[in-house]
Amino acid sequence: MNDRADINGRDVSAEPGQAMDVDVVVIGGALVGGTLAAALGQAGMIVAVVDAADPRVVADASFDGRASAIALSSRRLLEGVGVWDLLGNTAAPMLDIRVADAGSHLFLHYRHEEVGDEPFGHMVENTRMRQALIQRMDALPSVTLVAPQRCLRLDRSREGVRAHLADGSVVRAPLAVAADGRSSPTRDGAGIDILTWRYDQIAIVCTVAHERPHNFVACEHFLPAGPFAILPLLGNRSSIVWTERAELAPTIMGLDDAGFSRELRQRFGDFLGKVEPVGPRWSYPLSWHLAETAVAERLALVGDAYHGMHPIAGQGLNMGLRDVAALAEVVTDSFRLGLDWGAPSVLDRYQRWRRFDNMLMLGLTDGLNRLFSNDIAPIKLARDLGLATVNRIPPLKRLFMRHAMGVVGELPRLMQGRPL
Amino acid sequence: MATYGTGKVDVGQGGAATASADEIARFAAIADAWWDPAGEFRPLHQLNPTRIAYTRDAVARQYGRDPLGPRPLRGLGILDVGCGGGLLAEPLTRLGAQVTGIDADAKGVKVAEAHARMVGLDIHYRCCPPETLVAEGAAGDYDAVVSMEVIEHVSDPDAFLAACATLVRPGGVVVLATLNRTIKSLALAKIGAEYVLRWLPAGTHDWRKFMRPSELAAGLRRAGLTLTDITGMSFNPLTGTWSLSRDLDVNYLVTAVRAG
Repeated sequence: MNDRADINGRDVSAEPGQAMDVDVVVIGGALVGGTLAAALGQAGMIVAVVDAADPRVVADASFDGRASAIALSSRRLLEGVGVWDLLGNTAAPMLDIRVADAGSHLFLHYRHEEVGDEPFGHMVENTRMRQALIQRMDALPSVTLVAPQRCLRLDRSREGVRAHLADGSVVRAPLAVAADGRSSPTRDGAGIDILTWRYDQIAIVCTVAHERPHNFVACEHFLPAGPFAILPLLGNRSSIVWTERAELAPTIMGLDDAGFSRELRQRFGDFLGKVEPVGPRWSYPLSWHLAETAVAERLALVGDAYHGMHPIAGQGLNMGLRDVAALAEVVTDSFRLGLDWGAPSVLDRYQRWRRFDNMLMLGLTDGLNRLFSNDIAPIKLARDLGLATVNRIPPLKRLFMRHAMGVVGELPRLMQGRPL
Repeated sequence: MATYGTGKVDVGQGGAATASADEIARFAAIADAWWDPAGEFRPLHQLNPTRIAYTRDAVARQYGRDPLGPRPLRGLGILDVGCGGGLLAEPLTRLGAQVTGIDADAKGVKVAEAHARMVGLDIHYRCCPPETLVAEGAAGDYDAVVSMEVIEHVSDPDAFLAACATLVRPGGVVVLATLNRTIKSLALAKIGAEYVLRWLPAGTHDWRKFMRPSELAAGLRRAGLTLTDITGMSFNPLTGTWSLSRDLDVNYLVTAVRAG
């Protein structure tokens, strides 16, 4: 059977400079776009993924220094689309989460045994995940990764979309998905506005080696400048997400290695023995944004193109993957019934499914950051009492923990560990 | 929507080849309205996914295909008797089948043709009853014959079933949907749908012509077909969605095969 056929069963070809007919064109093939392509491709849909970055470059460790927290539900999605196995044993489980307020003895300790056998999530290095996704897309016969390649223009009409690529070729499809990140040119090109603000904070990201094992406990220290997260990687290594006041960032980023280590150790503490940064450091400005709509004619937004949030709760990628699981479900449900999977009714279902969940998480992460990123005495006292109270009320604590694991709300099939 | 064999429409008048541009535009506008999921045919659009899923599964099963795989009906020839505006014919085409849609209602066929053209699907539509295809020597030409909510409008169900059985190839499958003749169907499908909810124009159905599953089973047997499945369809008014069920009291679907 020929799997590279268009909606009418006609054969399609992907010659450069030619028109290519596919079921879905995904603009952006990073973590979120790549996972979507894997999900749709596994269901037999013909997918073209247009990504500006060179696959040989993105697989290099110096391309993206970040690691991502993969919640339990996200892990199920990655298992379901055949990506998790490709990560091999490079994912580090987070067995416990310890939340502490600077200079206070009151803290919150979440143990995964309190809600079940599964860890809260895993830490996965972004470059590893991109490598696994490229490998998966390559293995799926109905997925074509068109990269490095730019989509210059996306024409949309009632009948479908035409993506005009930089090499002059055109990709036609009944549905386009914008997965091209925070500054999504596809979203902007469609005239979809975003609500946004910048935090007066930046995130400094690096990897550290430490003397003693972390025992797979993730720590979040709430410092006056913002949260300082120590997230377990494999071996005696951790990924650091260090939120700092924006005006201090250039100074810290400009320090020599010894100076940077000193600043880092001051915030890290000595509970894991001697700590040393390894590899390069990166800094990312922090902002919050939400697209005014998740869908337009024959277009859906996913991941950072749709929303961006403070990394305080490690939920940005998880929410993007929830978009993926929901969109993949509504689209393949239609595809399998021979209905038009780019029709307004299908996109409406996606929008209704994701809107509230995303707004809730955006509000929650913003509120948490505002609550914790300060040193105002009454607020500090209140949040310390709050942390201690939550720690003492098991049902409330369990609910928060289940939220951290991403298993609250109406979950798409792939996130319940069921087949698509 | 299906109005097969009621004798109220002229049959075989005109075709796409002879239609004027003006006429094509007129039918395209009607097609838009018919295909609006929130429009005039909303009840049919709500029902459609369940009918498609049942038909897809029945045909895929008969030909050993994975119903959830990509385009599971690829290469199969399907005759849709009483195709109306093409609400079933188009999805079956997207699932890979080569579909011929016939309907006794000339307007329905023109709307179906106009819509298929708009969405770029290659479907063969004709305004004729199945007996015409039999007379033209199309016996055994189709891998599957499907007919949704038609037999309850037909004046001679036995002749209708005989035509369907002749047109499907030996080893092929016939899928039918119809309404049961029960007090519940009188209350829901006739009085409820036509007079209370106004889903359908009053007079759409003649409850006395609804068929009990036992009557349909006997008719299929007389036509030389073997009944392999009966499944009910139930409506959930809270979600506005239909699902397959064991409740045969109102809407139900049957699968029958012609011995190979």
